This record gives sequence, structure tokens and C-alpha cells, in this order.
Amino acid sequence: MNAIEIINISKTYKSKTKTITALNNISLEIKEGELFGLIGPDGAGKSSLFRILATVLLPDVGSAKILNYDVIKNFKNIRKLIGYMPGRFSLYQDLSVEENLKFFATIFETTIEENYDLISDIYKQIEPFKNRRAGKLSGGMKQKLALSCALIHKPKILLLDEPTTGVDPVSRKEFWEILKKLKSQGITILVSTPYMDEANLCDRIALIQNGKILDVDLPENIVNKFDKDIFSVASDNMFLLLNDLRNYSHTLSCFAFGDSHHLVIERNKADENLLIQYLSRHKNLSVKKIEPTIEDCFMQMLQSEN
Amino acid sequence: MKQLISFIQKEFYHILRDKRSLLILLGLPIVQLLLFGFAITTEVRNAKIVIFDNSKDLVTQQIISKIQHNKYFILDKTINHPNQIEDAFKEGKIRLAIIFQNNFQNDLLHNNKAQIQIIADATDPNQATTLINYISSIINDFQQDLYNQNKIPYTIKTEFRMLYNPQLKGAYSSVPGVMGMILLLISAMMTSISIVRERETGTMEVLLVSPMKPWFVVLSKVIPYFVISIINVITILLLSVFVLGMPIKGSILLLAFSTLLYIFCALSLGVLISTIADTQQAAMIISIIGLMLPVVMLSGYAFPIANMPELLQIISNVVPAKWYIIIVKSIMLKGLGFSDVFDELIILTFMTLVFLLISIKRFKVRL
Repeated sequence: MNAIEIINISKTYKSKTKTITALNNISLEIKEGELFGLIGPDGAGKSSLFRILATVLLPDVGSAKILNYDVIKNFKNIRKLIGYMPGRFSLYQDLSVEENLKFFATIFETTIEENYDLISDIYKQIEPFKNRRAGKLSGGMKQKLALSCALIHKPKILLLDEPTTGVDPVSRKEFWEILKKLKSQGITILVSTPYMDEANLCDRIALIQNGKILDVDLPENIVNKFDKDIFSVASDNMFLLLNDLRNYSHTLSCFAFGDSHHLVIERNKADENLLIQYLSRHKNLSVKKIEPTIEDCFMQMLQSEN
Repeated sequence: MKQLISFIQKEFYHILRDKRSLLILLGLPIVQLLLFGFAITTEVRNAKIVIFDNSKDLVTQQIISKIQHNKYFILDKTINHPNQIEDAFKEGKIRLAIIFQNNFQNDLLHNNKAQIQIIADATDPNQATTLINYISSIINDFQQDLYNQNKIPYTIKTEFRMLYNPQLKGAYSSVPGVMGMILLLISAMMTSISIVRERETGTMEVLLVSPMKPWFVVLSKVIPYFVISIINVITILLLSVFVLGMPIKGSILLLAFSTLLYIFCALSLGVLISTIADTQQAAMIISIIGLMLPVVMLSGYAFPIANMPELLQIISNVVPAKWYIIIVKSIMLKGLGFSDVFDELIILTFMTLVFLLISIKRFKVRL
């Protein structure tokens, strides 16, 4: 059975000067017990989709169901079943950690003690600061508190909108471990992130851009579907190198990826030796054929979209 | 019920932890009341006067010393020629000139009649009238004393009396107005801002997803501010009675009941504003400008409603403060009872219900 079903949803925001299409005819199915990732850059439409699923925003067209409840007609039933963590920190900054948790436990008609085992792993990490005001917590601790609050009523489905944005790498890693644990307890999790490296941690992912879903699959399948060769190239003069690579006759695309450039070319059109030959004027040149990452796939999809 | 209590407790945390806002909420009414009651008042004090006394006899000296000892007047100087009076007015320092006729004592004792001429600076007509009233009551007093001593009716005795406010005290007219204004503004502003803040900081997004019912959210916003307003009412009444010398001639219980009803009306108006405003600033501007103007202009607090054009008189009926000010004046100054303010109470109740009904109708269950 599908935990979440999204059928042909569109949403546009109109202002006086322009109309922005946040979601363009999106359909998606998320299975029960799945850890599903919605991957895309800022402004791709992730938060709009989350709000529609959390029943706080109405779609213009289309429908969505959560555990067979319609997000428009049965929003009251859905609100009891989901735990929603908005993209923006949405707890009371002037309340302490414990007061926040207690408050949300009460308005969701439960107590901290009743569901303590569910949140204990996360809450233990912030418990030493339980008397600190939420506004004075670090980014990672804020997100852990927000997750605790979203979990306190034992939801069947967790909607987490960019929970790791603005969080340091160590806390991000911890956060994903927590999500895995929650998944093992049977909670369906829909999580969005702009970080491509987090895609591999999901069971399945959907790549989203400009309100459209580019692909939905297992992370490894998305990588396997990539039918081009990809090289990681670096030299002393990275700027010149980028220009040279883009001017290379077989180049499909080339983007800067941290401390190297990722060059995409048609399969078997070139190898490392040919490239080294072509780039002979560069010093300290390194050319390495690599396996594609999700980000490479995403960039390539964007390239062919345009 | 547990949800409601927890929510109200949370609201109190917000209020008590924001010390600066709390200070404003509780301090503003005190400052405003004292300001309007004391400093900005229609009462005239320390008005400078000149006296031209050509007869310089015992009686004029007695009258002059009586005027000098009155707190409303300060004798600027005595002058020697009537021509100097106009100069003194032109300098703009004096408000009033008093001129005794020649041979004042002589005429008074032998003809039983003597004349005093009083000239007032009527650029401010209200003030001039007030000052002339003060002077005539001082002179009347003097006549009365003279009569009591000699049993001879010197000159004509004039009766002078103002109903409800014999000394034309400013506080009597300003305190009910200030109460009507402060309670409405603070209550409406507090609730509207606190609801809009939840929407602005994003916490409303989480509250909406919770099983909290909309009217639960509204109610738990209203109750804490109801409590704060009660504290304000108590300080306002204590100050009015013990510092500004206002009487409470009617029943305190009735006054308290009407005030609570009025606060509730103002709080519901605040909830209504919160359903219209998108940002805290907008809520503040609507509550301050949108409410302050009608309350000051149309409630009968600053300007008498009876003197307004008919259209404004009709509009003034929808200003809750108008009805509350009528109630407060009736109870505090006239000592009237429940049946006399019944109509006004019904009107306030009706307004409250309308505000609440529209608010709950308009309350968004989504973003």
C-alpha cells in the first residue's frame, strides 16, 4: 500500500508582476515504511509540496492522499497521522527545550513520558540543554529539537522539509542515522534536501527542478542509468582548464565540482590518455575516470532538459 | 482542557519573558492616564492676570488678596493706567484683567452697588469662559462673606453652579475617555499582534497541523491578555480615584462588570484584526491608527458627539469606546445603576459577538 499518493498536482503563486509555477503537474507514490528523498535545489518546489501534503496549503490542480485520506477533504484526519517539520525553524524561540517539547506533546494530546522511547535517542543528545531557550541552540540542536517535537505524538508519516540545511556535517550524519532508526520502527519518512550527497542515504529518491520531477528511482539505479563517461580533471590553472574542457570536441558538459572539474562525454569517445594529450599545456594535470554521483546525474538531466 | 491550559501557560511564558513589552503593556496606561489627567487638561491653572485698582481701599485690597490666594491665578502686576491693559494683553503674558471702579468701597457701602470689570483674552474662548467663571465665583464668595457679616445686600448676588463637575475639573471628563481609549488600544493590539506573530514566525504552520481547534487557539490568546487588562483596569481605577480625585458614585461591581465586558469586546476586535493583518507591523498599524483615530475623534472623548455632522454621529455608533465612555461617566460621575446603562451594555455585548463570529469564520485553517 502507498503511504503517500500524489496525483497531477500543480501550484502557482501569483503576484502583481509575475506568476511563479512552484509545482508543475507532479505525480509521486511513496510506499509505506519507505525513507523517500526529495532532492532538488532551492526554489525547486519542495516546500510547496510539503505544505500541500501537510494540509496547510491547497493545490491549484490535482489531488494527494495520505494513508488514503484526501489532503483537502480529510485534512483533519491527516493532521493526526503526520509529523511535520517545516523548512523554517518553527518552534518557540523564547521557550526552553523542555517547555517546547512539553507544549507540543500536550497539544498533540500526549505526554513526553508516553512516547519517550521513540524520541529518546534524539532527545538524549539535547537533554543536557533542556533548560536553554530554543532560540539559543545551535543549528543542529534546533533541528533535533524540532524532530523530537514532530515525533512526540508517534506519527505514522514524517514530513521533514530540509531538516539538515544549515547543520554541520557531523550533526547531519547523526541526523540521518536517527532517520534510519525511525524507519526501522515502521515510520514512513519523506525528507527533502538540497544536498546531493544525502541522496544515497534514502531508499528511493525523486529529483525535482523547477516544479517538475526529473526522475524517480533507487539512488543506485539513477547512477546506473547514466550512460556517459565521466572524468575528474584538475590542474594548476583551474579557470583555463574549465575553458579548455568546454571547448573539447567531445564534451557534453563540464562543471566545477569542488577541487576538480567533472567532464561528461559520450561513452567511449575518449580515454584518459587522449585527454592528457589534449591538455598537454597544463601543469600538474590529473585526469581520472570516475563513477558518476547523483549530482552528476542531476546536472546531466538539467542539461538535457534545457 | 489540558491543551488549553498548556497553551495559556505558553502564552504567559511569552508575555513574562518579553520584559520590555510587559513594561509597555502595564506602564503605558499609567503614563497615559497621568498625562491626560494632569498635564493635558482643560482645567486652567496659574493664569496670569493684571489688576487696575484706582480706588485702593480696604474692600478692593480684600478682593485682590482673595484672588491672589487662589491657585488658578497669579498676579502678574498691578498697573496704574487703563491704557496699560491692552499692552499687557498684546504681550500675550496675561489671560485676564480686573478693573475696579473709582471709589469702590464708598459706592459699595453707600449705594450698595459697585462695579468690577473683567476683561479676558478670548483667543481661547473655552479658557476665557472658565477663567471668568472662576473669578465670578471668587467675587460671589466675597459678596456672600460681606452679606453674612453685615446683613446688608450689597450688589447683586449671582448663583453659579456646574452640575456633576462644580469646579470644571479636567480629570472628570478625561478619565472615562482615557479608560475607553487605553483599554481598547492595548487589548486589541496585544491579541492581534500575538496571533499574527505565530503566523509570521512560522509556528502557526505547526499549530495548524496539530489537532488544536481554531477557536482553542483564539481563546488561549484572549485569556492571558484578559488577565493583563484586568491588572490595567485596577491600576487605572486606583490612580483615578486616589491621584486624580475621581469619584465612583455608582456601584463598583457594576463598573467592574462593564469594564470586563468592554475588554472582552476589545480583545475580540484584536482577534478580528489578526485575521486581516499579515504582519505584526500591519497588525500594529491597524490597531493604533485604525482604532486610535475613531476612538479619539468619534467616541465623545475629545469632541462632543452632539456637535458633529449627522454622518459622523451615525458612524460614532460603531465605536465601542463611545458606549463604554457613556457607561463609565454614568456610573462614576452620575452614580446611575444597572437599568440606566442596560442599553449600552447590550450594544457592547452585541458588538463582541459580531467580532467573534466574523473572526472564527475568517480564521484560516491553512496558511
